[in-house]
Amino acid sequence: MDILTQQLINGLVLGSIYALVALGYTMVYGILELINFAHGEVTMFGAMICLAVIGAFAGSGADMHGAIIVLFGLLAAIAVCVGLGFVIERVAYRPLRRAPRLAALITAIGVSIVLQNLAMLIWGKQYISFPPLLPLVRYEFGGAVITNLQIFIMILSCLLMAGLLLLIKRTRLGRAMRATAQAQDIAGLMGINVNTIISLTFIIGAALAAIAGVMVSAYYGLAHYYMGFMLGLKAFTAAVLGGIGNIAGAMLGGLLLGVIESLGAGYIGTLTGGFLGSHYQDVFAFFVLILVLVIRPSGLLGERVVERA
Amino acid sequence: MDGPRMTKWAVWAFTIALSLSACGQKEEAATGTTTGEVTVRIGQVSPLTGPQAHLGKDNDNGARLALDEINATGVTLGGKKVKFVLVSEDDQADPRIATIVADKLIDRRVAGVIGHLNSGTSIPASKRYHEAGIPQISPSATAIAYTAQGFNTTYRVMTNDLQQGRVLGEYAVKKLGTQRIAIIDDRTAYGQGLADEVEKAAKAAGGTIVAREFTTDRSTDFLAILTSIKARKPDLVFYGGMDAQGAPMVKQLHSLGIKAKFLGGDGVQTFEFLKLAAVDAEGVTASSPGLPLDSMPGGKEFREKFTAKYGVIQNYAPYAYDAAMTLVEAMKKADSAEPAKYLAELPRIQRAGVTGPIGFDERGDIRGGAITLYQVKNGKWEVLETVMGGAGQK
Amino acid sequence: MTERWQKLRHDHRVVWLVYIALAMLLVALPFLTGAALGRGWVRILDFTLLYVMLALGLNIVVGYAGLLDLGYIAFYAVGAYLYALLASPHFGLHLPFWALLPMGAGIAGLFGILLGAPTLRLRGDYLAIVTLGFGEIIRIFLNNLNAPINITNGPQGVNLIDPIAFGGFSFSQTHTFFGASFPGIYTYYYLFLALALLIIFVSLRLQNSRIGRAWVAIREDEVAAEAMGINTRNIKLLAFAMGASFAGISGGLFAGFQGFISPESFNLFESIIVLCMIVLGGMGNIAGVILGAVLLTIFPEALRYIGDLQSYLFGHIVVDAADLRMLIFGLALVLIMVFRPAGLLPSVRRRHEFGSDASVLAQEQASLYDTRR
Repeated sequence: MDILTQQLINGLVLGSIYALVALGYTMVYGILELINFAHGEVTMFGAMICLAVIGAFAGSGADMHGAIIVLFGLLAAIAVCVGLGFVIERVAYRPLRRAPRLAALITAIGVSIVLQNLAMLIWGKQYISFPPLLPLVRYEFGGAVITNLQIFIMILSCLLMAGLLLLIKRTRLGRAMRATAQAQDIAGLMGINVNTIISLTFIIGAALAAIAGVMVSAYYGLAHYYMGFMLGLKAFTAAVLGGIGNIAGAMLGGLLLGVIESLGAGYIGTLTGGFLGSHYQDVFAFFVLILVLVIRPSGLLGERVVERA
Repeated sequence: MDGPRMTKWAVWAFTIALSLSACGQKEEAATGTTTGEVTVRIGQVSPLTGPQAHLGKDNDNGARLALDEINATGVTLGGKKVKFVLVSEDDQADPRIATIVADKLIDRRVAGVIGHLNSGTSIPASKRYHEAGIPQISPSATAIAYTAQGFNTTYRVMTNDLQQGRVLGEYAVKKLGTQRIAIIDDRTAYGQGLADEVEKAAKAAGGTIVAREFTTDRSTDFLAILTSIKARKPDLVFYGGMDAQGAPMVKQLHSLGIKAKFLGGDGVQTFEFLKLAAVDAEGVTASSPGLPLDSMPGGKEFREKFTAKYGVIQNYAPYAYDAAMTLVEAMKKADSAEPAKYLAELPRIQRAGVTGPIGFDERGDIRGGAITLYQVKNGKWEVLETVMGGAGQK
Repeated sequence: MTERWQKLRHDHRVVWLVYIALAMLLVALPFLTGAALGRGWVRILDFTLLYVMLALGLNIVVGYAGLLDLGYIAFYAVGAYLYALLASPHFGLHLPFWALLPMGAGIAGLFGILLGAPTLRLRGDYLAIVTLGFGEIIRIFLNNLNAPINITNGPQGVNLIDPIAFGGFSFSQTHTFFGASFPGIYTYYYLFLALALLIIFVSLRLQNSRIGRAWVAIREDEVAAEAMGINTRNIKLLAFAMGASFAGISGGLFAGFQGFISPESFNLFESIIVLCMIVLGGMGNIAGVILGAVLLTIFPEALRYIGDLQSYLFGHIVVDAADLRMLIFGLALVLIMVFRPAGLLPSVRRRHEFGSDASVLAQEQASLYDTRR
């Protein structure tokens, strides 16, 4: 039983990180129907910027509490990623808004390759370690262990997601975003500046990605220019699982994917009588995804969309 | 309307590509015998882009340092002064690109090749080098299959999976006194190959494998598999894989409160691991092929020179250095940089490298295959002992 | 200028002359390349032809039928592994290549149906992620099926695969004809060229066939296509199966050519690159797809000379060539798509769609939405 609790905790923490990144995918998709492949790379930039700032602080010899240094790093990461998200949309996606959708997908892949190699040029090829600025406290209950960092990640993700939901559902900006997602042309006619709304969507997504990037690097203790690829892929899977384009779906999909991976790695051996081991963890996750999509072709919370010609 | 414009574009692109490559070709002709000096090219192949770029650059630097030193002292072959030039290529850790790059090096008439970094790239490339009669010494390929192909051009200065796995498995049971062993590997040719051999050796020595779990070389989250391992109550966790996964794994091991010892192979016995795992590295044991660098003649100097020039050693730079030195040593013995002539000297070579004594068995594997075990004490790798590995094939 | 061009295009003699010149160029290409650039580039030509075959297969699924497939490389893997396992010391089987290639095509086609069947109801990006998952599942199985029973030899890969041989003629050995010696990469070139031409021919015939038009109908509007009496299920499955069988053939060729395969050759990035080839070249247009495959195979290799170019321009190397290579590759992808969104050589149908209303729409959009303008 304590093992199951532990696996659920593992899965939920991992899942809340996936969910944060998945939000960026789903928001962009909701409005542009574009898989923003470069989103994972924005996450990586967030982690890298934060570490660069932390490194600068360590170099300057300033005597400050670790958490404050990380906070500075986080703010810098958000600032840079917001700019990055804005520029990516402007340069790579806006010229293609009326182009075939696959063209934009290829630019997204191109941007992702560029960002990866740019990060490699700037920060080098080595893994960068996240210095132990945050004191780690372990809490044990009923055989399961949870750390203060894990609790913090879960709470912060929940707050951010709740905030985003409020923003989308309750504010004028949110209403404008929903309107743009539903019908861009008509939203334009209703006096909504569609370009601004799309830019803002990218900016919000990038800010969330920056936070997720810092979380990942602090949680696992390292960052690398290649880290965005897998994270992005997992988050995208999560977004599809929940129903891409649907904000609540991305959260649900993220949490679910985290738990599925955890339970998959933990129990797939027992489930298959030892035939398949934890190396089939991703197979299990994709299998669940395919099963969900076969039963509900638009994801768990996605609405049945009419294909646009 | 687009037709002719596109054709023009295509023609332009092709012309540019051709003239660019012509540049490359011309430069080659120019570096002939300018000042009575003969230029000998040595190839180096490793992934210089992609997720393993840091390891690839390390190999490149190691080989480069060796050739710089050799050029500084000056070598005369066949009565002519020789200048060695390193031709470094990026194989992106992709077996397909590896064969292209191999053919390119053959085109550039390299006298020998240091590489490739991975087993998956070294094996398909070795066939090309063999056909061209060019000796190849890999600094880091560990798959048993690499030297099992019967090629007289294929060598390595690194122990293979069997040599290292046997030592690690026996050491875990007999010296560390652990009985219940959990094994994790990263499903790469390196990680899986090593972990399989450790499993066999540990079983043969009387240990029990209580769990066999798997991850990937891109993972950072190991909590799920570690939680399953925790339920099996192991005394020791062995990880077959690299430092970038090993370090967060140790951290997560401790955060789950698992008290087992942690053992790794040469992928873990790095400075990077110490940096990434920080305080959690304490007490970790890992092996590295060869003898301790600082105990070898020239080892300390190598470390100092390398660090001054390129920064910290990532992993296999000393082996790449030794591979380059060994190639040149064979050339000196044969008094020629002609592959056909100095190839015969390679099986007979016996020299003290910075990673240990270097000599090859009939397959091209390193003879003796000494393995040194290290343990992290006070944030540093301290030598525990050196074990002789013996023959590298079944 | 344009008029003269049109006239020339319709002159049969000119057309034939162009074809003959092209054929002679294709025959002479490996020798020209080999003499000018060395054998490394001949090998690149061989791989280019393999990618042409792969891209044409994916073009059927994505370009013709409009089904976004991100796991296409799985079929390539199936073809390669089938060849490798049945013609290597791994199982001690050594079946001949003329039996293995059709088998590879057939089994890969079956896998195509296996993937297609559960995903028939899915559209657009949902299909993309499921195919992506399928591709990863195949790769993970190939990577892990070395235990409990050793089928694929896992991450270690399969080595010493038999070279492609026809009767007593092995393609990978050096042969001497008319006093000139032909190393393996040259003979393979002609084999690959022949098969690539066959696949081009099949693609061309398919394009304007009943099936080809049915695919286009599904791509443009599935509901309308169904209403017109097209059995969308079978036609979609056929697209998956045909595309997959092309990949199965090229996979078999890859295995025989390389002599060693391991799961790392069949990762997601390969699927993405093949997709880039067809979109960048011009989806649905055979000439465009071929151009895309040629460019994306040759371009990254040509970029290896940046180091030489730098020392030529600046006298020394400013940034490591290897570091810049992929960066420029990514930039090129972005730039080409931004300036030619329908691909370098768009298909006629797409050009019509795009040329006619896109510019109008863009104007409308600019005036309607951007209030500050």
